[in-house]
Amino acid sequence: MIGRNQIADRHIGSLLEDYPFLSSFFRENGLDFEGRDDSTLNQMFGEFDEEEQEERAIDPDLLMKQTAEFINQMLAFLNEDNEVHSLTILPGTDKSGEKEGFDSLVIRKSEVISIVGPTGSGKSRLLGDIEWVAQADTPTARSILINGDVPDSTWRFSTSKKLVAQLSQNMNFVMDLNVREFIELHAESRLVENPGEVVERIITEANKLAGESFSEETPITSLSGGQSRALMIADTAILSRSPIILIDEIENAGIDRKRALNLLLSEEKIVLMATHDPILALMAHRRIVIKNGGIAKVIETTEEERTILSTLEELDRTVLAYRTRLRAGEILIKG
Amino acid sequence: MNLVTISGPPSSGKTSVILKTIEALTRRGLKVGVVKFDCLYTDDDVLYEKAGIPVKKGLSGAMCPDHYFISNVEEVTQWGIKEGFDLLISESAGLCNRCSPYIKEIKAVCVIDNLSGVNTPKKIGPMLKSADIVVITKGDIVSQAEREVFASRVNLVNPSAVIMNINGLTGQGSFELSTLLHDEKNSVDTLVGRELRFTMPSALCSYCLGETRIGESYQMGNVRKINLENRQ
Ligand SMILES: Nc1nc2c(ncn2[C@@H]2O[C@H](COP(=O)(O)OP(=O)(O)OP(=O)(O)O)[C@@H](O)[C@H]2O)c(=O)[nH]1
Ligand SMILES: [Mg+2]
Repeated sequence: MIGRNQIADRHIGSLLEDYPFLSSFFRENGLDFEGRDDSTLNQMFGEFDEEEQEERAIDPDLLMKQTAEFINQMLAFLNEDNEVHSLTILPGTDKSGEKEGFDSLVIRKSEVISIVGPTGSGKSRLLGDIEWVAQADTPTARSILINGDVPDSTWRFSTSKKLVAQLSQNMNFVMDLNVREFIELHAESRLVENPGEVVERIITEANKLAGESFSEETPITSLSGGQSRALMIADTAILSRSPIILIDEIENAGIDRKRALNLLLSEEKIVLMATHDPILALMAHRRIVIKNGGIAKVIETTEEERTILSTLEELDRTVLAYRTRLRAGEILIKG
Repeated sequence: MNLVTISGPPSSGKTSVILKTIEALTRRGLKVGVVKFDCLYTDDDVLYEKAGIPVKKGLSGAMCPDHYFISNVEEVTQWGIKEGFDLLISESAGLCNRCSPYIKEIKAVCVIDNLSGVNTPKKIGPMLKSADIVVITKGDIVSQAEREVFASRVNLVNPSAVIMNINGLTGQGSFELSTLLHDEKNSVDTLVGRELRFTMPSALCSYCLGETRIGESYQMGNVRKINLENRQ
């Protein structure tokens, strides 16, 4: 751990050399640090007279403390071995207080689990339990283990170390950026070393998933639904550090869903997918059935179900082909 | 009784988050009351009453709501103690991005929303920078990447805070927040003698005192002028 005393009298230049991520910290905190390599941190923070401190709401003491805290967080983030090989769910109870219908559910990297059940049956609580790494201390009394062990509490409280990334149904963008700028911004916040390469890869992968291709110059707000989903899935697969991806339904339009899942799996993610769509439900290796706030059953997809899946996929392709032809202005004929 | 101050820009989701969080606190058997501070108008008290939560509201009118807050916080604390609450939550809207109602050793929560844009965290002063917990709402309407970028920007201006994503509509995440708000150890009997975490901006110019006319000859007291010279 680096204490404030270890940094207070160091020069800005040498601090930036050791901790390059400090530049965004200084910038976001409105500190004018460019060309100040030879001042110490103490000097830079101490420069504000009382009036300026008031005016700009700067508290040098708090700032020094937070600088040290930020350095420690980032060092931990960069060095730590956060690898999650498996996630274990230990049963709690449903809304009526009945024990859940499984003994222990171990989910491994590159596995897809679908979550089925009526709306409002407790899917978000399950996700909440995983995100909060519940230790029998949530309303369901479930416990979550990581790599077979009781995880440490940093999974709960750290900003950069999040267990779950969530791909929701509405993938709206609100920022006024083009695709490249947007991914660059995300890459910057993840402290990736080779942003250019990563951005390139994400756009390429996203275009493989999307029915209609887009360029890096396309403004994100003008992407179609399918393109946005494709971009978000590729971005999450490649840039997000979270080992678990929760998908809340992938709409069946303008995106190759099978390919999307494969991309996530090739990045060694654990994929949890809440869905009402039989194709997605059966694409998973196993499915969790939720009822009355609890996990009623865990079912392994059977061989027979896999053949049913092929039939469904065939139907799906037929529907898609008709859709494409209608959009192109064709008149449909049988056969 | 525990006191928690919750603050944040207008419409950021404070009331939604508080309502959902109180549901979880009530399930644990805790008695919770709310006091809402605002400037000219609020309907929040009706929302709290509808949920069966004891509530008081204070409108600051022509005064700065945060100044008004701090002038009244001891009185409402005594009200809460008299009512027998385990926890009193104060909700106040941060209007100018500069004030903050946080008191030393009293838990401080700032609520901001994902829609406010990635440059907002650096514009908000002590209300965000000195909060113990930062709640980010409206994650349901932006993408995962935007959520991650926004949270990392918040972390840059306040690395000490616990940052939580809460959906104010469904309440996802509010149970988790509820576990961080009440602790026997943080009980208070009075706030007399306590201090603000950060000074409120000094004012008292002629306009504070009711002046309406424009022009230098009407301006007295604490006046600051805009710099229109080109900077190098
Ligand atoms: N989509 C979405 N809407 C939300 C969320 N949280 C709050 N809202 C909506 O945002 C609006 C403002 O929420 P409030 O809880 O009233 O915000 P507030 O901060 O208490 O507002 P003031 O007290 O008036 O400053 C309401 O319409 C809420 O329904 C959220 O997580 N997602
Ligand atoms: Mg409100």
